[in-house]
Amino acid sequence: MTPTPLSRRNFLGLSAAVGLAGFAAACGGTSGPPGTQQQEGGGGTFTGTYDGPNVALAFWNGFTGGDGPYMKKLVDQFNKEHPNIKVTMTTIRWQDYYQKVPAAVQSGKGPDVGAAHQDNLATLAARRSIQPLDDLASELKLEENDFIPAVWQGGVYQGKRYGIPLDVHSLAQYWNSDQLSKGGLQKPPASKEEFDQAVSKIKSDAGVAQPFWMPSLWPAHLIFYSLIWQNGGAPYSEDGKTATFNSPEGVAALTWMVDQIKAGTSPRNVAIDTQYNAFKTGRNAGTFDGIWQINDLKTTAPKLKWQMAAVPQIFDKKAVWSNGHNFVLMNQPKPDDNKLQASKVFINYISEKSAEWANAGMIPARNSARQDPSFAKQPQAVVAADVDSFHFLPAVPGIGDVGFQGIEQAVAKATLLQQDPKTALDNSAGVANKLLEDNRKKFGG
Amino acid sequence: MSTVDAEILSTGAGDLRPVERKAGRRVSRYGGRWVPYVFLLPYLALFATFVLAPIVIGLWVSLHVWDFTIPRKPWNGLGNYKDLFDSQSVVGPDFIRSMKATGIFTLFSVPLLVVVPLAVALLMNAKFKGRNLFRAVYFAPYVLGVAVIAVLWRYILDNNIGLLNRYLGAIGLPDDIAWTTSTPAAWFALIGVTVWWTLGFNAVIYLAGLQDIPAELYEAAKIDGAGRWQQFRNVTLPGLRPVLMFVVIITIIASANMFGQSYLITQGQPGNETRTAIYYIAETGLKNFDMGRAAAMSFILTLCLLVLSGLVMLAFRERKGASR
Repeated sequence: MTPTPLSRRNFLGLSAAVGLAGFAAACGGTSGPPGTQQQEGGGGTFTGTYDGPNVALAFWNGFTGGDGPYMKKLVDQFNKEHPNIKVTMTTIRWQDYYQKVPAAVQSGKGPDVGAAHQDNLATLAARRSIQPLDDLASELKLEENDFIPAVWQGGVYQGKRYGIPLDVHSLAQYWNSDQLSKGGLQKPPASKEEFDQAVSKIKSDAGVAQPFWMPSLWPAHLIFYSLIWQNGGAPYSEDGKTATFNSPEGVAALTWMVDQIKAGTSPRNVAIDTQYNAFKTGRNAGTFDGIWQINDLKTTAPKLKWQMAAVPQIFDKKAVWSNGHNFVLMNQPKPDDNKLQASKVFINYISEKSAEWANAGMIPARNSARQDPSFAKQPQAVVAADVDSFHFLPAVPGIGDVGFQGIEQAVAKATLLQQDPKTALDNSAGVANKLLEDNRKKFGG
Repeated sequence: MSTVDAEILSTGAGDLRPVERKAGRRVSRYGGRWVPYVFLLPYLALFATFVLAPIVIGLWVSLHVWDFTIPRKPWNGLGNYKDLFDSQSVVGPDFIRSMKATGIFTLFSVPLLVVVPLAVALLMNAKFKGRNLFRAVYFAPYVLGVAVIAVLWRYILDNNIGLLNRYLGAIGLPDDIAWTTSTPAAWFALIGVTVWWTLGFNAVIYLAGLQDIPAELYEAAKIDGAGRWQQFRNVTLPGLRPVLMFVVIITIIASANMFGQSYLITQGQPGNETRTAIYYIAETGLKNFDMGRAAAMSFILTLCLLVLSGLVMLAFRERKGASR
C-alpha cells in the first residue's frame, strides 16, 4: 500500500524509536478527540479563490520517492501564485505517516491537508483523523463520470466522501530490454504462455539462469492480489467482512508464485528488495513492482535499459492490484474557516494539475487528464490503457493491518517454502477473520 | 532549602550539641526529618512523572480495550492478559512466538556478550604498541546507529546478492545459506551482528573494572606462585564481580529489548519467527493502536525481566564464608 520505492522499504527503522517516545504521551490520553464536533466542511461557499487574511497551511504526505520533488514543485508554484496562502509541505514515509497522523490529529497537532491512500481512507475516517468533504467535492464540481468508478467510490465511507482522488497507481512488470531482446523478444509478456516462453528463452539465449525473482515480502502480496483477481477470486468478500483469499482461486494464485521458485525461475529465499536490486544490476531479467518505481529506476539505475507493461495475464481475466492517492482534510480541534477555505483552494489547484502530477510516475485519476495526449508520452501510460482491470481493496477500516497480519504472512511463508500455499492461506484466513471481527467491534461497522 | 538554612542559622555554627540532644540520633545535625526528602524531591518528581505515572497509567490501559484514536475504551478486566495466553485469540500465538524469539536471542547472545568482551578487555588492558587504535577499532561499531548497521549488514547477509555468501562460496563453503530468511541461520546472523555491534560497550566497562584492580594483588599472587590462569581466577574474576554482575544484568535487559536488528535486517522473517517481543509490542501498540494489549504485553515482559534480574543478583550475591 505504500507506493514509494526504496526509501520506505530500506530504512524501516527509527520510526519505532520515535514511536516509543510517543507511547508514553499517548498513554496519558487526551480526554476527547478533536473530531468529536465533526465539521461538515463548512467555511461558506467556495468561490475558487481565497481573499481572507494570510494563512499558513500544513500539508503532510508520504511522497518520499521519485514522486516527492514533483509534489514540492506544485506546492511551490501554488505558493507563488497565492501570496496570502503559505503551504508548508512535510514528507514522512507512508508507513510512519499512518502511525503519526492519527496520533497528531488526536493531540490537536495535525496538519490541515494531507494525502492518503484509497485503502487507508476508511481507517482514517473511522479513527476520525479526517473529515467528510462531500460539499467540497460538489463545490469543486468534481463529477463522478470524470473518474474511474472504483476510485470515485473508494473515497466513500459510510455514505460520506472523505477523499478527493488525485491519482491511481498499480502493479506493473519491468523487463531488462537487453536481456529481453537477447531472448528474441520485443516486448514484455502479456499472457501466461508468453511469460513461460520469455523466461525459458531468456534462460537459454540470454544466459540468465534465474530470470524472474519471486519476492517473499513487499510487493509479493500485491502480486498475489493481482493473481487472485485474475483467477476470478477476491481477497475479501464484497462487504469486506470475511477473508476469502484461501479460496481455491487464491490457492492456485499462490501456487503459481511458489511454482516459479520450485521450477528454478526464481532463487529461493528472496529477501526484502533483493529482486528489485538484482533487477537494477542486471542479475535478473524481469520483476513485478509498482509504477512508482519509474523515477527511481531513472535516477538510481540510469544505465539500465528497461521497458514496462501491464502485469501479464496469468489466469482467466485481466486484473491488477491498484490503489490511489487522495487529498484529505484533517479534523481540527478548533475549526478555522479561513484555513478551511484556503485548504479547499489548495486541493482544487493541485487536483487540476493532474497532468503535471503524472510526471511523478502516477496515473491521473481524472479521465480527462488520462485521455490527454500529453499523458500518452509517460512510460506508465501502457499500464493505464486498461483501467477496467484495476482492482482495489474494499473500503473497510483496518483492512491494511488485516492484510499485513493475514495475507502478507501467508505469502511470505509460502514463498519461503515453509508451508504449502493452502495451509499458509488457511491459517492466515483464520487470523484475518478474527481481526476483521475485532475491527468491526472496535470501529462499529 | 530554606528550612535547612534556617536551622543552621538558628543553631549557630559553634554549638550544635543541644540540637542533637534534644531530637535524638535520628535528626541530622543540619535539620529536621524532612531534609533528606527535600533533597530527594527533584529526582522524585522526575521519577514519579516518568517512571511511576507511566507504570500506573500503563496498568490502567492494559485493563481496557484501548485504541487512543477511538473515544470508546471499554473496560476489559484481565481480558488482554488472557488473550496473550489463549492460543485461539488473534494475539496469543504471535505473542508467545515473539517471547520465544526474545528468549532465544537472549539465551545465546548474553553468554557471548559477557565472555567475548571480557576477552577483548583483557587484551586491551595489556601493554603493547598500537593499543589505543585497537581499543578504538573494537569500540567503533557501537558508535553507529542501529539503522546504519542494519542496512550495512542486510547487504552483506543477503543470501542471493550479498557479500558473505559470495566469500563463503569462494573458499568452498556452502554459498546458499539464507541468512535473513530462514532459521536458525537468521539467529546466527542477528546474534553475530549484535555481538559485533555492542561488544565494544561491554569491553569498555570491563576495562574500567580491570583497571580498578590493584596491581599489588597481582604481585602478591605472583609471589604466592600463582600462574596466569590462577591469577585470572583468584584475582581478576573476584575483582570484577560487581562489574560482572552489572554487565550481565544490562546485557540481559538489552538483549531482551532487541528490536532494531530484527525489524531492519530480517523484518521478523521467516514468518515472524524472528519478531521479538518488543517488535511485536511496538507493532501492536503503535501500528495497530491497540494500546491495551500492547501494555499488557509490556507488563508480562517486564515481569519476566524482573524475575531474571532477581535470579542474576541471587547468583552473584556474596556467599558468606565461601569466597572469603
